[in-house]
Amino acid sequence: MAEKIQLEIVTPTGPVVSEMVDIVTAPGVDGDFGVLAGHAPLLSTIRIGTLVYRNDDQSHTVMVNGGFCEVSNNKITFLVESAEQGEEIDVDRAMRAQARAEKRLAEVQRQQDNIDTVRAETALHRALARLKAGSK
Amino acid sequence: MASLKDIKQKIGGVKKTSQITSAMNMVAASKLRGAQLKMESFRDYAEKFNAAMGNLSGGMQSGQFPLMDAREVKTVELIVVTSDRGLCGSFNSHIISRALKLIAEKQKEGKEVSVVCVGKKGYAKLRHGGLVRKNYSDIMAKFEMYNARTIAQEVADNFLDGQADEVFLIYPQFVSVAVHKPAVMSFLPVQPVVEAETGGEKGEESATAYSYEPGSDEIMTVLQPLYLNVMVYHAMLEAGAGEHAARMTSMDNATKACGDIVHDLTLVYNKARQGSITSELMDIVGGAEALKG
Repeated sequence: MAEKIQLEIVTPTGPVVSEMVDIVTAPGVDGDFGVLAGHAPLLSTIRIGTLVYRNDDQSHTVMVNGGFCEVSNNKITFLVESAEQGEEIDVDRAMRAQARAEKRLAEVQRQQDNIDTVRAETALHRALARLKAGSK
Repeated sequence: MASLKDIKQKIGGVKKTSQITSAMNMVAASKLRGAQLKMESFRDYAEKFNAAMGNLSGGMQSGQFPLMDAREVKTVELIVVTSDRGLCGSFNSHIISRALKLIAEKQKEGKEVSVVCVGKKGYAKLRHGGLVRKNYSDIMAKFEMYNARTIAQEVADNFLDGQADEVFLIYPQFVSVAVHKPAVMSFLPVQPVVEAETGGEKGEESATAYSYEPGSDEIMTVLQPLYLNVMVYHAMLEAGAGEHAARMTSMDNATKACGDIVHDLTLVYNKARQGSITSELMDIVGGAEALKG
Protein backbone atom coordinates (compact mmCIF):
# COMPACT_ATOMS: atom_id res chain seq x y z
CA MET A 1 0.00 0.00 0.00
CA ALA A 2 0.98 3.56 -0.46
CA GLU A 3 1.94 5.92 2.28
CA LYS A 4 -0.20 6.00 5.38
CA ILE A 5 -1.28 8.65 7.79
CA GLN A 6 -1.39 8.37 11.57
CA LEU A 7 -4.95 8.60 12.85
CA GLU A 8 -5.67 9.49 16.46
CA ILE A 9 -9.09 9.86 17.96
CA VAL A 10 -8.86 11.30 21.45
CA THR A 11 -11.74 11.86 23.86
CA PRO A 12 -11.69 13.21 27.41
CA THR A 13 -11.94 9.63 28.64
CA GLY A 14 -8.95 8.46 26.67
CA PRO A 15 -7.78 7.60 23.18
CA VAL A 16 -10.21 5.56 21.09
CA VAL A 17 -8.27 4.90 17.91
CA SER A 18 -4.56 5.20 17.25
CA GLU A 19 -3.27 3.57 14.09
CA MET A 20 -1.76 4.05 10.66
CA VAL A 21 -4.45 4.24 8.02
CA ASP A 22 -4.78 4.82 4.27
CA ILE A 23 -7.57 7.36 4.24
CA VAL A 24 -9.82 9.16 6.70
CA THR A 25 -13.17 10.62 5.75
CA ALA A 26 -14.30 13.07 8.40
CA PRO A 27 -17.62 14.82 8.99
CA GLY A 28 -16.67 18.48 8.82
CA VAL A 29 -19.16 21.17 9.71
CA ASP A 30 -19.39 22.23 6.07
CA GLY A 31 -19.47 18.71 4.69
CA ASP A 32 -17.38 15.58 4.73
CA PHE A 33 -13.78 15.73 3.68
CA GLY A 34 -11.14 13.11 3.05
CA VAL A 35 -7.60 13.19 4.33
CA LEU A 36 -4.75 11.19 2.80
CA ALA A 37 -1.13 10.90 3.77
CA GLY A 38 0.84 14.12 3.41
CA HIS A 39 -2.13 16.41 3.82
CA ALA A 40 -1.39 20.09 4.40
CA PRO A 41 -1.84 21.37 7.97
CA LEU A 42 -5.51 21.90 8.69
CA LEU A 43 -7.79 22.72 11.58
CA SER A 44 -11.43 21.92 11.17
CA THR A 45 -14.50 21.63 13.33
CA ILE A 46 -16.33 18.34 13.37
CA ARG A 47 -20.05 17.87 13.58
CA ILE A 48 -21.85 14.93 15.07
CA GLY A 49 -21.53 12.24 12.46
CA THR A 50 -19.62 9.26 11.26
CA LEU A 51 -15.97 9.09 10.50
CA VAL A 52 -14.74 6.41 8.13
CA TYR A 53 -11.18 5.24 7.89
CA ARG A 54 -9.76 2.60 5.64
CA ASN A 55 -6.78 0.46 6.33
CA ASP A 56 -5.64 -2.27 3.93
CA ASP A 57 -9.03 -2.41 2.24
CA GLN A 58 -10.78 -2.77 5.54
CA SER A 59 -13.05 0.08 6.31
CA HIS A 60 -14.03 1.07 9.84
CA THR A 61 -16.71 3.44 10.96
CA VAL A 62 -16.62 5.51 14.12
CA MET A 63 -19.36 7.70 15.44
CA VAL A 64 -17.94 11.00 16.64
CA ASN A 65 -19.75 13.40 18.87
CA GLY A 66 -18.62 16.82 17.77
CA GLY A 67 -15.31 18.55 18.33
CA PHE A 68 -12.48 19.43 16.02
CA CYS A 69 -9.58 17.86 14.23
CA GLU A 70 -6.06 18.88 13.46
CA VAL A 71 -3.85 17.69 10.64
CA SER A 72 -0.13 18.25 10.82
CA ASN A 73 3.06 16.29 10.20
CA ASN A 74 1.25 13.43 8.52
CA LYS A 75 -0.90 12.93 11.55
CA ILE A 76 -4.60 13.56 11.95
CA THR A 77 -5.87 14.08 15.46
CA PHE A 78 -9.54 14.20 16.33
CA LEU A 79 -10.47 15.84 19.60
CA VAL A 80 -14.07 14.91 20.16
CA GLU A 81 -16.35 14.75 23.14
CA SER A 82 -17.00 11.09 22.62
CA ALA A 83 -16.40 8.47 19.97
CA GLU A 84 -17.81 5.00 19.50
CA GLN A 85 -16.47 2.27 17.27
CA GLY A 86 -19.07 1.04 14.80
CA GLU A 87 -18.85 -2.53 16.07
CA GLU A 88 -19.62 -1.45 19.63
CA ILE A 89 -22.79 0.42 18.86
CA ASP A 90 -26.07 -1.00 20.03
CA VAL A 91 -28.19 -0.59 16.92
CA ASP A 92 -31.49 -1.37 18.62
CA ARG A 93 -30.86 1.25 21.21
CA ALA A 94 -29.93 3.81 18.59
CA MET A 95 -33.13 3.04 16.72
CA ARG A 96 -35.18 3.56 19.83
CA ALA A 97 -33.31 6.80 20.47
CA GLN A 98 -34.06 7.93 16.92
CA ALA A 99 -37.77 7.25 17.35
CA ARG A 100 -37.75 9.08 20.66
CA ALA A 101 -35.88 12.05 19.25
CA GLU A 102 -38.21 12.33 16.28
CA LYS A 103 -41.25 12.28 18.48
CA ARG A 104 -39.69 14.84 20.74
CA LEU A 105 -38.76 17.04 17.84
CA ALA A 106 -42.29 17.02 16.48
CA GLU A 107 -43.56 17.93 19.91
CA VAL A 108 -41.23 20.83 20.58
CA GLN A 109 -41.66 22.23 17.10
CA ARG A 110 -45.32 22.53 17.79
CA GLN A 111 -44.56 24.43 20.96
CA GLN A 112 -41.86 26.47 19.23
CA ASP A 113 -39.41 26.03 22.03
CA ASN A 114 -36.04 26.93 20.55
CA ILE A 115 -33.76 25.47 23.18
CA ASP A 116 -35.58 22.18 23.24
CA THR A 117 -35.61 22.06 19.46
CA VAL A 118 -31.86 22.33 19.37
CA ARG A 119 -31.58 19.67 21.99
CA ALA A 120 -33.93 17.30 20.21
CA GLU A 121 -32.17 17.90 16.92
CA THR A 122 -28.83 17.11 18.47
CA ALA A 123 -30.24 13.93 19.93
CA LEU A 124 -31.60 12.98 16.53
CA HIS A 125 -28.26 13.67 14.84
CA ARG A 126 -26.55 11.53 17.40
CA ALA A 127 -28.98 8.67 16.93
CA LEU A 128 -28.70 8.82 13.15
CA ALA A 129 -24.91 8.92 13.26
CA ARG A 130 -24.89 5.95 15.59
CA LEU A 131 -27.20 4.04 13.31
CA LYS A 132 -25.07 4.81 10.31
CA ALA A 133 -21.91 3.76 12.08
CA GLY A 134 -23.44 0.73 13.68
CA SER A 135 -25.22 -0.77 10.71
CA LYS A 136 -22.15 -0.86 8.49
CA MET B 1 -11.45 6.02 87.63
CA ALA B 2 -13.76 4.44 85.10
CA SER B 3 -14.79 0.91 85.86
CA LEU B 4 -13.21 -2.04 84.14
CA LYS B 5 -16.34 -2.66 82.10
CA ASP B 6 -16.47 0.93 80.86
CA ILE B 7 -12.88 0.81 79.67
CA LYS B 8 -13.44 -2.48 77.93
CA GLN B 9 -16.44 -1.05 76.12
CA LYS B 10 -14.49 2.00 75.10
CA ILE B 11 -11.70 -0.16 73.69
CA GLY B 12 -14.26 -2.13 71.70
CA GLY B 13 -15.77 1.06 70.34
CA VAL B 14 -12.46 2.52 69.25
CA LYS B 15 -11.54 -0.74 67.56
CA LYS B 16 -14.79 -0.65 65.60
CA THR B 17 -14.08 2.92 64.56
CA SER B 18 -10.65 1.96 63.34
CA GLN B 19 -12.19 -0.81 61.27
CA ILE B 20 -14.39 1.74 59.59
CA THR B 21 -11.61 4.22 58.99
CA SER B 22 -9.28 1.59 57.59
CA ALA B 23 -12.06 0.39 55.28
CA MET B 24 -12.61 3.98 54.15
CA ASN B 25 -8.90 4.29 53.57
CA MET B 26 -8.92 1.28 51.29
CA VAL B 27 -12.00 2.44 49.42
CA ALA B 28 -10.43 5.85 48.91
CA ALA B 29 -7.23 4.21 47.68
CA SER B 30 -9.05 2.25 45.02
CA LYS B 31 -11.17 5.22 44.01
CA LEU B 32 -8.05 7.32 43.80
CA ARG B 33 -6.63 4.86 41.32
CA GLY B 34 -9.72 5.25 39.16
CA ALA B 35 -9.63 9.02 39.41
CA GLN B 36 -5.96 9.17 38.57
CA LEU B 37 -6.56 6.98 35.55
CA LYS B 38 -9.24 9.37 34.40
CA MET B 39 -6.91 12.26 34.90
CA GLU B 40 -4.21 10.60 32.87
CA SER B 41 -6.50 9.71 30.01
CA PHE B 42 -7.78 13.25 30.01
CA ARG B 43 -4.32 14.75 29.98
CA ASP B 44 -3.82 13.68 26.36
CA TYR B 45 -6.93 15.47 25.31
CA ALA B 46 -6.17 18.58 27.31
CA GLU B 47 -2.64 18.87 25.99
CA LYS B 48 -3.66 18.57 22.38
CA PHE B 49 -6.49 20.95 23.00
CA ASN B 50 -4.23 23.56 24.49
CA ALA B 51 -1.80 23.18 21.63
CA ALA B 52 -4.57 23.80 19.12
CA MET B 53 -5.85 26.74 21.13
CA GLY B 54 -2.36 28.17 21.18
CA ASN B 55 -2.10 27.80 17.43
CA LEU B 56 -5.36 29.55 16.87
CA SER B 57 -5.17 32.35 19.34
CA GLY B 58 -1.78 33.49 18.07
CA GLY B 59 -3.24 36.04 15.69
CA MET B 60 -6.18 37.17 17.72
CA GLN B 61 -6.95 40.21 19.77
CA SER B 62 -9.34 40.35 22.65
CA GLY B 63 -12.62 41.94 21.79
CA GLN B 64 -12.90 39.96 18.61
CA PHE B 65 -15.11 37.39 20.31
CA PRO B 66 -17.75 37.97 22.94
CA LEU B 67 -16.17 35.41 25.24
CA MET B 68 -12.83 37.21 25.09
CA ASP B 69 -14.35 40.57 25.73
CA ALA B 70 -12.37 42.21 28.52
CA ARG B 71 -14.66 44.76 30.13
CA GLU B 72 -14.12 47.09 32.99
CA VAL B 73 -14.44 44.80 35.98
CA LYS B 74 -17.30 45.61 38.30
CA THR B 75 -18.58 42.18 39.11
CA VAL B 76 -16.50 39.14 39.78
CA GLU B 77 -17.68 35.59 39.86
CA LEU B 78 -15.89 32.67 41.46
CA ILE B 79 -16.40 29.07 40.60
CA VAL B 80 -15.43 27.12 43.67
CA VAL B 81 -14.80 23.44 43.15
CA THR B 82 -14.90 21.29 46.27
CA SER B 83 -15.85 17.73 47.08
CA ASP B 84 -19.34 16.48 47.87
CA ARG B 85 -18.32 14.56 50.94
CA GLY B 86 -16.36 15.32 54.01
CA LEU B 87 -14.01 13.20 56.10
CA CYS B 88 -11.07 14.13 53.98
CA GLY B 89 -9.05 16.29 56.31
CA SER B 90 -8.47 19.91 55.49
CA PHE B 91 -9.02 19.37 51.79
CA ASN B 92 -12.17 21.44 51.48
CA SER B 93 -11.39 24.00 54.13
CA HIS B 94 -8.25 25.00 52.26
CA ILE B 95 -10.25 25.71 49.16
CA ILE B 96 -12.92 27.55 51.06
CA SER B 97 -10.51 29.74 52.94
CA ARG B 98 -8.74 30.57 49.69
CA ALA B 99 -12.10 31.46 48.18
CA LEU B 100 -13.06 33.60 51.16
CA LYS B 101 -9.76 35.40 50.96
CA LEU B 102 -10.29 36.17 47.29
CA ILE B 103 -13.85 37.30 47.97
CA ALA B 104 -12.61 39.67 50.65
CA GLU B 105 -9.91 41.01 48.35
CA LYS B 106 -12.31 41.66 45.52
CA GLN B 107 -14.89 43.22 47.79
CA LYS B 108 -12.25 45.52 49.17
CA GLU B 109 -11.62 46.71 45.65
CA GLY B 110 -15.27 47.61 45.51
CA LYS B 111 -16.35 44.83 43.22
CA GLU B 112 -19.46 42.79 43.49
CA VAL B 113 -18.79 39.13 44.02
CA SER B 114 -20.96 36.16 43.24
CA VAL B 115 -20.12 32.51 43.70
CA VAL B 116 -20.92 29.35 41.81
CA CYS B 117 -20.39 26.28 43.92
CA VAL B 118 -19.47 22.94 42.48
CA GLY B 119 -19.59 20.29 45.16
CA LYS B 120 -21.69 20.19 48.28
CA LYS B 121 -19.06 21.06 50.85
CA GLY B 122 -18.25 24.41 49.38
CA TYR B 123 -21.90 25.31 49.25
CA ALA B 124 -22.45 24.29 52.86
CA LYS B 125 -19.84 26.84 53.95
CA LEU B 126 -20.26 29.61 51.47
CA ARG B 127 -24.02 29.90 51.40
CA HIS B 128 -23.98 31.82 54.69
CA GLY B 129 -22.39 34.76 52.92
CA GLY B 130 -25.41 35.02 50.66
CA LEU B 131 -23.20 35.32 47.60
CA VAL B 132 -23.92 31.94 46.07
CA ARG B 133 -25.66 32.36 42.76
CA LYS B 134 -25.74 28.78 41.66
CA ASN B 135 -24.95 25.48 43.25
CA TYR B 136 -24.09 22.17 41.66
CA SER B 137 -24.03 19.32 44.14
CA ASP B 138 -23.67 15.58 43.95
CA ILE B 139 -21.96 15.57 40.62
CA MET B 140 -18.39 15.06 41.71
CA ALA B 141 -18.68 11.30 41.91
CA LYS B 142 -19.41 10.79 38.26
CA PHE B 143 -16.92 12.84 36.29
CA GLU B 144 -19.07 13.21 33.26
CA MET B 145 -18.16 15.70 30.63
CA TYR B 146 -21.73 16.88 30.26
CA ASN B 147 -21.79 18.02 33.88
CA ALA B 148 -18.82 20.21 33.15
CA ARG B 149 -20.55 21.44 30.03
CA THR B 150 -23.68 22.47 31.90
CA ILE B 151 -21.62 24.47 34.36
CA ALA B 152 -19.40 26.05 31.75
CA GLN B 153 -22.36 27.02 29.62
CA GLU B 154 -24.26 28.52 32.49
CA VAL B 155 -21.30 30.61 33.59
CA ALA B 156 -20.54 31.68 30.03
CA ASP B 157 -24.14 32.77 29.49
CA ASN B 158 -23.99 34.76 32.68
CA PHE B 159 -20.80 36.39 31.46
CA LEU B 160 -22.32 37.22 28.10
CA ASP B 161 -25.35 38.72 29.80
CA GLY B 162 -23.01 41.12 31.52
CA GLN B 163 -23.82 39.78 34.98
CA ALA B 164 -20.18 39.01 35.63
CA ASP B 165 -17.24 40.82 34.08
CA GLU B 166 -14.58 38.45 35.25
CA VAL B 167 -14.74 34.83 36.31
CA PHE B 168 -12.21 32.87 38.30
CA LEU B 169 -12.01 29.19 38.90
CA ILE B 170 -10.80 27.96 42.27
CA TYR B 171 -10.02 24.31 42.57
CA PRO B 172 -7.70 22.00 44.48
CA GLN B 173 -4.76 21.38 42.23
CA PHE B 174 -3.51 17.83 42.45
CA VAL B 175 0.23 18.08 42.80
CA SER B 176 0.83 14.64 44.23
CA VAL B 177 -1.05 12.19 46.41
CA ALA B 178 0.11 14.02 49.51
CA VAL B 179 0.03 17.57 48.19
CA HIS B 180 -2.86 19.48 46.75
CA LYS B 181 -3.02 23.19 46.90
CA PRO B 182 -5.77 25.62 46.04
CA ALA B 183 -5.26 27.04 42.58
CA VAL B 184 -6.91 30.14 41.20
CA MET B 185 -7.32 30.27 37.47
CA SER B 186 -8.73 33.02 35.35
CA PHE B 187 -11.71 31.58 33.52
CA LEU B 188 -13.43 34.36 31.66
CA PRO B 189 -12.81 36.40 29.60
CA VAL B 190 -10.90 33.75 27.69
CA GLN B 191 -7.22 34.55 27.66
CA PRO B 192 -5.32 33.79 24.52
CA VAL B 193 -3.12 30.82 25.28
CA VAL B 194 0.47 31.95 25.38
CA GLU B 195 2.66 29.77 23.23
CA ALA B 196 5.20 29.19 25.93
CA GLU B 197 2.62 27.54 28.12
CA THR B 198 1.48 25.01 25.62
CA GLY B 199 4.47 22.81 25.37
CA GLY B 200 7.84 24.45 25.63
CA GLU B 201 9.79 22.71 22.89
CA LYS B 202 7.21 23.26 20.25
CA GLY B 203 8.61 26.63 19.27
CA GLU B 204 9.19 25.86 15.62
CA GLU B 205 6.33 23.51 15.07
CA SER B 206 3.72 26.01 16.09
CA ALA B 207 4.80 28.24 13.26
CA THR B 208 3.05 25.88 10.85
CA ALA B 209 0.48 27.74 8.86
CA TYR B 210 -2.80 25.92 9.18
CA SER B 211 -5.62 26.18 6.79
CA TYR B 212 -8.87 26.55 8.59
CA GLU B 213 -12.09 24.81 7.75
CA PRO B 214 -14.48 26.67 7.79
CA GLY B 215 -12.62 29.84 8.92
CA SER B 216 -10.47 30.56 11.95
CA ASP B 217 -13.20 32.77 13.42
CA GLU B 218 -15.83 30.08 13.12
CA ILE B 219 -13.53 27.52 14.64
CA MET B 220 -12.79 29.86 17.48
CA THR B 221 -16.46 30.35 18.27
CA VAL B 222 -16.80 26.59 18.55
CA LEU B 223 -13.55 26.11 20.34
CA GLN B 224 -13.98 28.69 23.07
CA PRO B 225 -16.99 27.13 24.78
CA LEU B 226 -15.24 23.79 24.47
CA TYR B 227 -12.19 25.30 26.06
CA LEU B 228 -14.30 26.36 29.03
CA ASN B 229 -15.71 22.85 29.30
CA VAL B 230 -12.24 21.45 29.29
CA MET B 231 -11.19 23.81 32.07
CA VAL B 232 -14.15 22.95 34.29
CA TYR B 233 -13.77 19.27 33.60
CA HIS B 234 -10.11 19.46 34.38
CA ALA B 235 -10.81 21.20 37.69
CA MET B 236 -13.41 18.59 38.57
CA LEU B 237 -11.04 15.75 37.81
CA GLU B 238 -8.32 17.28 39.92
CA ALA B 239 -10.74 17.87 42.75
CA GLY B 240 -11.97 14.29 42.49
CA ALA B 241 -8.51 12.79 42.61
CA GLY B 242 -7.45 15.18 45.35
CA GLU B 243 -10.49 14.35 47.44
CA HIS B 244 -9.73 10.64 47.42
CA ALA B 245 -6.07 11.23 48.09
CA ALA B 246 -6.91 13.52 50.99
CA ARG B 247 -9.40 11.04 52.38
CA MET B 248 -6.85 8.27 52.10
CA THR B 249 -4.29 10.19 54.13
CA SER B 250 -6.73 11.43 56.72
CA MET B 251 -8.28 8.00 57.18
CA ASP B 252 -4.84 6.50 57.50
CA ASN B 253 -4.09 9.04 60.22
CA ALA B 254 -7.38 8.24 61.90
CA THR B 255 -6.64 4.53 61.87
CA LYS B 256 -3.25 5.18 63.41
CA ALA B 257 -4.77 7.44 66.05
CA CYS B 258 -7.28 4.68 66.86
CA GLY B 259 -4.39 2.28 67.35
CA ASP B 260 -2.74 4.71 69.76
CA ILE B 261 -5.92 5.18 71.73
CA VAL B 262 -6.48 1.43 71.96
CA HIS B 263 -2.91 1.05 73.19
CA ASP B 264 -3.34 3.71 75.87
CA LEU B 265 -6.72 2.39 76.94
CA THR B 266 -5.34 -1.13 77.21
CA LEU B 267 -2.66 0.18 79.55
CA VAL B 268 -5.28 1.88 81.68
CA TYR B 269 -7.40 -1.26 81.59
CA ASN B 270 -4.54 -3.48 82.69
CA LYS B 271 -3.60 -1.11 85.46
CA ALA B 272 -7.16 -1.01 86.70
CA ARG B 273 -7.39 -4.78 86.55
CA GLN B 274 -4.12 -5.14 88.45
CA GLY B 275 -5.36 -2.61 90.96
CA SER B 276 -8.59 -4.48 91.58
CA ILE B 277 -6.75 -7.79 91.96
CA THR B 278 -4.37 -6.22 94.46
CA SER B 279 -7.17 -4.74 96.49
CA GLU B 280 -9.02 -8.07 96.49
CA LEU B 281 -5.86 -9.79 97.69
CA MET B 282 -5.49 -7.21 100.43
CA ASP B 283 -9.04 -7.96 101.49
CA ILE B 284 -8.40 -11.69 101.65
CA VAL B 285 -5.11 -11.28 103.45
CA GLY B 286 -6.70 -8.83 105.84
CA GLY B 287 -9.57 -11.25 106.45
CA ALA B 288 -7.17 -14.13 107.10
CA GLU B 289 -5.16 -12.04 109.54
CA ALA B 290 -8.33 -11.13 111.37
CA LEU B 291 -9.36 -14.79 111.68
CA LYS B 292 -5.91 -15.73 113.02
CA GLY B 293 -6.05 -13.11 115.65
